[in-house]
Amino acid sequence: MKEGLARTRFGFITRLFAGGETSSKVTEAWLGELEEALLRADLSVTLVDSVMLQVRDIVAFQKIDTVPRVLDAVRDALVAVLANGDRELRGAGQKPRVILVVGVNGSGKTTTAAKLAKRLLQSGETPLLAAADTFRAAAIEQLETWAGRIGVPIVSGRPDGDPAAVVFDAVNAAIARGNSVVVADTAGRLHTKGHLMDELGKIVRVTGRAREGAPDEVLLVLDGTQGQNAIVQARQFTKDAQVTGIVVTKLDGTAKGGAVFAIADELKLPVKLLGVGERADDLIPMDPRAFVDALLPKGA
Amino acid sequence: MFEQLSDRLTDTFAKLQGRPRVTDADLDEALRDVRVALLEADVNFKVVKTLIATVRERAIGENVIANISGAQQTVKIVHDALAEMLGGETATLARATSGPTVIALVGLQGSGKTTTAAKLAASLRKEGRRPLLVAADVHRPAAIDQLRALAKQLALPMESASETTLIADVTNAIAGAAANGRDTVIVDTAGRLHIDDAMMDEVASLVSAVKPTELLLVVDAMAGQDAVEAAAAFKARLPITGLVVTKVDSDARGGASLSIRAATGIPVKLMGTSERLDGLEPFHPDRIARRILGMGDILTLVERAQEHVDQKEAEESARKFLESRFTFDDFYKQLQQIKKMGPLGDLMKMIPGMGAIAKQLPDGPTAERELKRVEAIISSMTTQERVDPTLMNGSRRKRIAGGSGTTVSEVNHLLKQFKEMQTQMKQLRPMLQGGRLPRMRM
Repeated sequence: MKEGLARTRFGFITRLFAGGETSSKVTEAWLGELEEALLRADLSVTLVDSVMLQVRDIVAFQKIDTVPRVLDAVRDALVAVLANGDRELRGAGQKPRVILVVGVNGSGKTTTAAKLAKRLLQSGETPLLAAADTFRAAAIEQLETWAGRIGVPIVSGRPDGDPAAVVFDAVNAAIARGNSVVVADTAGRLHTKGHLMDELGKIVRVTGRAREGAPDEVLLVLDGTQGQNAIVQARQFTKDAQVTGIVVTKLDGTAKGGAVFAIADELKLPVKLLGVGERADDLIPMDPRAFVDALLPKGA
Repeated sequence: MFEQLSDRLTDTFAKLQGRPRVTDADLDEALRDVRVALLEADVNFKVVKTLIATVRERAIGENVIANISGAQQTVKIVHDALAEMLGGETATLARATSGPTVIALVGLQGSGKTTTAAKLAASLRKEGRRPLLVAADVHRPAAIDQLRALAKQLALPMESASETTLIADVTNAIAGAAANGRDTVIVDTAGRLHIDDAMMDEVASLVSAVKPTELLLVVDAMAGQDAVEAAAAFKARLPITGLVVTKVDSDARGGASLSIRAATGIPVKLMGTSERLDGLEPFHPDRIARRILGMGDILTLVERAQEHVDQKEAEESARKFLESRFTFDDFYKQLQQIKKMGPLGDLMKMIPGMGAIAKQLPDGPTAERELKRVEAIISSMTTQERVDPTLMNGSRRKRIAGGSGTTVSEVNHLLKQFKEMQTQMKQLRPMLQGGRLPRMRM
């Protein structure tokens, strides 16, 4: 994980440690830089304001006033936000376990579905992919290409077909063939489109008819380069599709995905996986400590 | 964002006015509200800083704090500063002076390049151009299939490149364009990270071989703080000529993509406003500033109305309206036309002053559902019932509820609303026919 996230450690934040004066006192200017570092990482203003208030408090009243000690306190507070909830994928032992991958357009659902199938394969499961993005041109071919690359069977829909039916068929196929887990890719949809969100709700309901209690996991894929709108997306998807966990993608760039703090805080949704590259192996479990360290790196 | 900003500023200034003397510190309090609003809209923090400094200077210059309507005045100062930040005039796409015009699209993964390429082709064809699509995304699995499928939907020609002969394939496609009667070539490239040197080298060589007339950077409206850094990195390697902001139909404020304009000077030229292939619009800085600020965008609304509403039908229903002959049939037709104009929530936001009201209404998706329910109820009525709602007895209502998947009380509710509307029309009639129709103020 460190390797994947290491690339995000750039420029600005390292200035917080400029000159290696590790025991230097906290100054007003430094506090300003800390605040900017947090804002720049897309943390919500509300959260940053609350962090900064606490920091000023501990500096003034607890006499914790050196840069490394204050940074440690901030890191601990942020880690605590992400440590909420169970990060294990749900539904272990279900036959088959069913995982739906949902999110807005271009967030990286198809790639994430493929990477997740590969992870599950490597952990000894026998995954089956379901290509239920019947809307976007060639989305099915995209997942089929991935399925071939990683050596996982796939059940595909027809272009413009009923996506709920594809997931239903895939679950039944998995039951018949004895696949232990179904990973279903769905079409990207903006959370503002009522009819598309209704369609997603239907996919979730129909999946439950294929296997009692399914889906076990609804993973919302959030583009890590997105800003405060990610919070609005998470709210709406959770409402319409009963999201159970978050995947943050595109963390191999310079963006830090800080919007997830507000999501974890407000919706109590665990961030389960992180996308850190374009290769099939570039999906890693969330490690809150490492995630926060990438945001506020130690001793640059 | 501006509904909130307006509210916040009004509160802050109300407090200030209660004080005997307003100080600089008080002004700073007001500016903190502005700052929070801008950051919540994903405006880049550096841009926010500059903007706040500008606003502060002007607010002092205009003596905002001494003014009764200081809140409104500050809102205006922020609006003007934002509009300036977005650039003054509407930017247009350049055309090549000789040979085919080449437009290449670049950007991060998932920003919407392929969809934009197809939309751009569709929109240029509408202007009478003859576009050729070139699929040069040789990396993402099935990206070429995606553009091929879109080209097929549009019945436009498409050529594709392969990884080993990328540059030759693209230059050949452009060279052959004129011979095939194509005057415009749109090149879709792979999504890439601005810090991926190998991928940036690839696109840099492609661009220097192709020398596009327009090199457009495609940016997601929902992007966060890092968008400016990414755009600056693209600009440092490539002669970017404009921005396309996509997914504007989300409820994102789009502050980050607009910060790119301020931080890098790249003008925003186009915006993607729906998943449909006609969802691409020219970018109007002033209108967008107003929309970011929740101040309404009546011009876009009027344009959409002109584009989607059948003028004759509209006049016909207006006449029926006046003559109190307006039936459920007419109502249904109007609903269809409104639907064509886009999601209700979006339309509401374009009406000045409606931002705050839209907030109190059910959220966008819910409003769409309401509309669908009304449609379903009307569709379940017989022709006679639509013309004469007085026919509607208990058993008819029950049948309609069953047919539309609603309840009798929902049917009752709609009938009641319709009746109220007819009463209102009758009251309006003398006023409208007397020619005293109040002039619409923009």
